[in-house]
Amino acid sequence: MATVDDLQFEEFGDTTTSLAANPDATTISIEDPGETPKHKPGPPRGLGREEDDELLGNDDSDKTELLAGQKKSSPFWTFEYYQTFFDVDTHQVFDRIKGSLLPIPGKNFVRLYIRSNPDLYGPFWICATLVFAVAISGNLSNFLIHLGEKTYHYVPEFRKGSGTETSKTSSPDRVRQTDTPAGSEPSGCPKYRDSGIATCVFSPSVSIAATIIYAYAWLVPLALWGFLVWRNSKVMNIVSYSFLEIVCVYGYSLFIYIPTAILWIIPQKAVRWVLVMIALGVSGSVLAMTFWPAVREDNRRIALATIVTIVLLHMLLSVGCLVRSHSNALLVCFRCHAKTSNC
Amino acid sequence: MAEAVESPGDPGTTTPRPLMRDLKAVGKKFMHVLYPRKSNTLLRDWDLWGPLILCVTLALMLQRGSVDSEKDGGPQFAEVFVIVWFGAVTITLNSKLLGGNISFFQSLCVLGYCILPLTMALLVCRLVLLAEPGPINFMVRLFVVIIMFAWSIVASTAFLADSQPPNRKALAVYPVFLFYFVISWMILTFTPQ
Repeated sequence: MATVDDLQFEEFGDTTTSLAANPDATTISIEDPGETPKHKPGPPRGLGREEDDELLGNDDSDKTELLAGQKKSSPFWTFEYYQTFFDVDTHQVFDRIKGSLLPIPGKNFVRLYIRSNPDLYGPFWICATLVFAVAISGNLSNFLIHLGEKTYHYVPEFRKGSGTETSKTSSPDRVRQTDTPAGSEPSGCPKYRDSGIATCVFSPSVSIAATIIYAYAWLVPLALWGFLVWRNSKVMNIVSYSFLEIVCVYGYSLFIYIPTAILWIIPQKAVRWVLVMIALGVSGSVLAMTFWPAVREDNRRIALATIVTIVLLHMLLSVGCLVRSHSNALLVCFRCHAKTSNC
Repeated sequence: MAEAVESPGDPGTTTPRPLMRDLKAVGKKFMHVLYPRKSNTLLRDWDLWGPLILCVTLALMLQRGSVDSEKDGGPQFAEVFVIVWFGAVTITLNSKLLGGNISFFQSLCVLGYCILPLTMALLVCRLVLLAEPGPINFMVRLFVVIIMFAWSIVASTAFLADSQPPNRKALAVYPVFLFYFVISWMILTFTPQ
C-alpha cells in the first residue's frame, strides 16, 4: 500500500535539500543551487520550487511543471506540438510582462516566470504590436512636426520605402498648373510631374520595421543559444536555457519599447533620449540578469563580453528603429520647398 | 462552403444555387453584425462571400488613383487585401493554438464580416472629406472611426469570445483588437489626392 512517504514528491524534496547542502554539485538542470529553495511541507509541490509559487499565487503552475516533462511529446508535424507553445493563461502573460518591466536584482526572469513553460504568444504579439507602434508613432511624429506648416497633406507610410509627405500650398489651382522642371529636383526628393506637389521620401514602412524586429527577436536568440551551447560544451555551466526560453525572454523584454515608441511622438529631443535610456536600462537589465547565471561560470572576460554584446545589440535595435522611423528629411524637404515655385 | 443546405429535391441535379438566396444569406449576416446578439448564425452558416465583398470594397476605396500610385505612401489594393486576409488568418491560427474550439473558416467568416462597421466608417469619411478640410473635419472622422472600431470589436468579440476557454479570452481578443486598430488607422489616415 503506497503511503505518503512513498510518493515521488518526497524524493524531489530530498534532492533539492541535498543540492542546497552541496551547492557545488554539478547537475545539468535549470535549478540554480545558489538559491535556497524553500518548499512548504504539507501539500506536495512539484519539483520543490521556491516560494514564488505563493508570490504568483496560481495553482496551474504546479500542474504545468508536473506536466513539463510530459509536454512536447507530439511530433513536430502535428498541430498539438505547436499548441504546447501557446499553453499560457491570461494572468501568466500579464505576470511575464510585469516581470519584464520590473527587473528585480537577483530574480531570474526565466526562473521566476517562464519555469519551463516558454510560450510563443508573448514574443509574437509583442513584436507585432511593437512593429505597428513604431510605424504609427513615426507617422504621427512626422505629421505633428509639419502640422504648423502650410496645408499639410498627411499620407500614411505603408509602402516599402515609399513613405511620403506631401505639402500643398494653400492654392490648389496653382499646384495643378505649373509643372516643375526636372532639373530642380534635389536628390532624394522626387516630385510629382503632374500635380507639381513636392514630396520627400523618408522613413521605413511597416514591412521593413516588421522584418527588422522579427529578425531580431528570432536570430539574436538563435545566435545566443548557439553560443551558450558551444560554451557549455567547454565549461560545464549549472544553468542552461533552451532555445525557446531565450526567445521568450527576448520577446518579453521588448515590451518596454511599446510605450517608448508611443511616447516618442513628443518632439523634444531630450525627452526622447531619456525615454530610450530608461527602456534600454529596463530591458537590458532583464536580459543581463537572465543570462549572467548562464555565463558566470565561464572565463570572466568572455562572460562580460557576452553580456555587453547582448546589451549593445539591444541598444542598436532600439535606437536604430526609433530614430529611423522618426527621422524626417527636414533638410531635404526644406530644400525642396525652397527650390520649387509651388511650395 | 457550409451554407445552409436545403436538401435538393433531385440529388442528381446540377442546378446552381440561386444568387438571390446567397445574397440574402450575406445580407442576413450583415444584419447580425450590425446588431450583434448572441446568435450562432454567423458561426453555423459561415461563408466567405461577405468578407470578400467587404475586403474588395475596402481595398478599392483605400487605394489611390493610378497617377500617384507609384510615389504615394498609401496602401495599394493588394496591400489592403494582404493585410486583411493575412491578419485574419493569423488571428484564427492564434485562437486555435490557444485552444479555441472554433473552426478555421468560421473564424475567418466572423472576422471578415465584422469589418462591415469599418467599411461604413470609410464611406462616411470619404463623404466628410468632400467638405472643407480642417480640424473639425478631422475630429468628425476620428469620432466616426472610433465608434465603428468599437462596434467591430464588440461584434467580433460577441461571436468569438465564447469559443475560448475562460482563462484565455483576453489573449484571444487582443489580436482582434490590434487587427481592427490597424484597419481603423488606415481608414483614419486616408486622404484622397
